[in-house]
Amino acid sequence: MTGKQYISGYCSIENNTVKLNGQEIFNVPDAAFAEFAKQLYRDMETDYPKFFKMDNLSKLSFLAAELLLKDGDNENTALLFANASSSLDTDVKFNDSISDKDNYFPSPAVFVYTLPNICLGEISIKHKLYTENSFFIFDTFNPEFFANYAAVLLNTDKAAKVLCGWVEFLNDEYRAFVYLVSVNGTIEHTPQNIQTLYLS
Amino acid sequence: MEALKQELKEKIITILNLEDIQPADINDNDALFGDGLGLDSIDALELIVMLDKDYGIKLSDPKEGRAIFQSIETMAAYITENRTK
Repeated sequence: MTGKQYISGYCSIENNTVKLNGQEIFNVPDAAFAEFAKQLYRDMETDYPKFFKMDNLSKLSFLAAELLLKDGDNENTALLFANASSSLDTDVKFNDSISDKDNYFPSPAVFVYTLPNICLGEISIKHKLYTENSFFIFDTFNPEFFANYAAVLLNTDKAAKVLCGWVEFLNDEYRAFVYLVSVNGTIEHTPQNIQTLYLS
Repeated sequence: MEALKQELKEKIITILNLEDIQPADINDNDALFGDGLGLDSIDALELIVMLDKDYGIKLSDPKEGRAIFQSIETMAAYITENRTK
């Protein structure tokens, strides 16, 4: 199969505000990310207790993915995510926990999140996805990469849909921009359109 | 022993991020893994770290944890017997 691909839905989470397809749907003013994330999780009525064990990057990714996947048919949906800071936010926390030789108690629960692609595992487990998933690191948001890689996945029948995501979390600064690509939709999946939605 | 059991329930909830569970929800003989609290293998490793950090107990063989972490009752008994702090 070759042809055009389309963005069928998109969302963003930043500054304690959630937008779905351009419309603000949730906001918690003056709250730390942990509290904001908990309230959003409750609001979405998702039942997945392991959410509370995740690191911040996984929570952010999980919530953004949930917005687009929770009511859909997600069979054969690939995951294509990227960011600039990898898992550095959690890497630093883990390093802090092992920096004092007299108080050396590395936490296994923190250590398991010292890879950025763990967030893809969380999404895959929740939605029972046995599909292709990849996490890349770039200096900045890279719409050309998302357009090209998703097109390859769809054109070679590796996936029926691709959930693309830019998920960044470092030092309490965060941003998620996640969208779903398939052969159906209204917004053509081009670098220019991706960039426009990312900036909107 | 009762104070230690209550302490363990509070620690487990905090350390393992068991949202929506209160100490009173955990019975002394409830299974901590499997059908009980539903803890997983990473949780087991966290409990091993907790034994070392808070009670000075080093488990040389992680398989020992299977019997020790059966329930709050078995944990409290093992800690009472082996604690160094």
